[in-house]
Amino acid sequence: MAGKPILHYFNGRGRMECIRWLLAAAGVEFEEKFIEKPEDLDKLKNDGSLMFQQVPMVEIDGMKLVQTRAILNYIATKYNLYGKDMKERALIDMYSEGVADLGEMIMHLPLCPPAEKDAKLTPIREKTTNRYLPAFENVLKSHGQDYLVGNKLSRADIHLVELLYYVEELDPSLLANFPLLKALKARVSSLPAVKKFLQPGSQRKPPTDEKKIEEARKAFKF
Amino acid sequence: MAAKPKLWYFHGRGRMESIRWLLAAAGVEFEEEFLETREQYEKLQKDGRLLFGQVPLVEIDGMELTQTRAILSYLAAKYNLHGKDPKETVRIDMYADGTLDLMLMVALAAFKPPEEKEESLALVVKKAKTRYFPVFEKILKDHGEDFLVGNKFSWADIQLLEAILMVEELDGSVLCDFPLLKEFKTRISNIPTIKKFLQPGSQRKPPPDSHYVEAVRNVLQL
Repeated sequence: MAGKPILHYFNGRGRMECIRWLLAAAGVEFEEKFIEKPEDLDKLKNDGSLMFQQVPMVEIDGMKLVQTRAILNYIATKYNLYGKDMKERALIDMYSEGVADLGEMIMHLPLCPPAEKDAKLTPIREKTTNRYLPAFENVLKSHGQDYLVGNKLSRADIHLVELLYYVEELDPSLLANFPLLKALKARVSSLPAVKKFLQPGSQRKPPTDEKKIEEARKAFKF
Repeated sequence: MAAKPKLWYFHGRGRMESIRWLLAAAGVEFEEEFLETREQYEKLQKDGRLLFGQVPLVEIDGMELTQTRAILSYLAAKYNLHGKDPKETVRIDMYADGTLDLMLMVALAAFKPPEEKEESLALVVKKAKTRYFPVFEKILKDHGEDFLVGNKFSWADIQLLEAILMVEELDGSVLCDFPLLKEFKTRISNIPTIKKFLQPGSQRKPPPDSHYVEAVRNVLQL
């Protein structure tokens, strides 16, 4: 029997969290090896485990995969969360990339010096309510189905719902005018595997706070 | 008979260039509409053709696709350039994602103030020489085959050639320590569809200059 996938990353959300969500939603158990000191990262680099000297890295099916998108694409294909044909896949990719763009902006916020944070927040809020959330709300409205693509759960729904949790953490009022997105969030959250992942004690990581960033800065010298 | 794909973008490389390369390499004729005025851009947005209000936009097979990677993935699959199974596909994705990251750094550098631009471009050359090119040199050395994945021409080969040429424009000596990449460059450049694309008069675009930057700033009101 194949071993569980092993995730190599820091003990925090960063670029690995969307992979954790996708595996969890697919009902796939996984192990994690946390990089806690520079020596841990050096060891991975020195034994040739990191193709481009970067994490995330996921050991799965005899491979050591890097590049977040490549990893997500592989997992989505393997667990049938990538649509039924090329055209559905294209829509799923388009939606997932939009989620990733907003997600990236929100991910970088904790790294801002406090003085700059407010300045960064304004365009993020604006893009959330004027560009990204309306786009997804309109997709759901246009077909009236329960999921974004092909009337079936796909990675696009999982990535979007993960993002909606982050938007809510930022400011719950941002979701106010998007009833279909709220319904999607509730629907996906109640799927057994997702519900389990949302409970305390799961492998889901908490928001990245300033204390954690400081620790990481000291340990990894950036 | 299917209509030709139609590309909507500025009259320059930016995020569309990898898409042009892929279509050209696949021997697919395509049309281009160039965004030269704010009005054109606003019309595209108002007509609801830009899911997230952004270009690149590619009209293909009855779809209006945005998000560079979604478009590239669709085209790679459509033209059989994405591997024969998920394990080949994931390797192609890993390689393509790495090279795309590198090329986007070059595209974005054009919009920075002169000093930062110099720094960014120097960093691109450094990353190419120390992080990316050694990996690809080793891949070619380890399997001794003509192409990066599965002994067959794929999207990964097209992206790598595009990246090599782009970095060479910044530093002509960048391949001096990579003999297999030099051979690879020659070999892939001689593929008839690519050879044609590399000739003057093709739809390949020149490196970004101040005129291009100004045109983009004008249309996007940056």
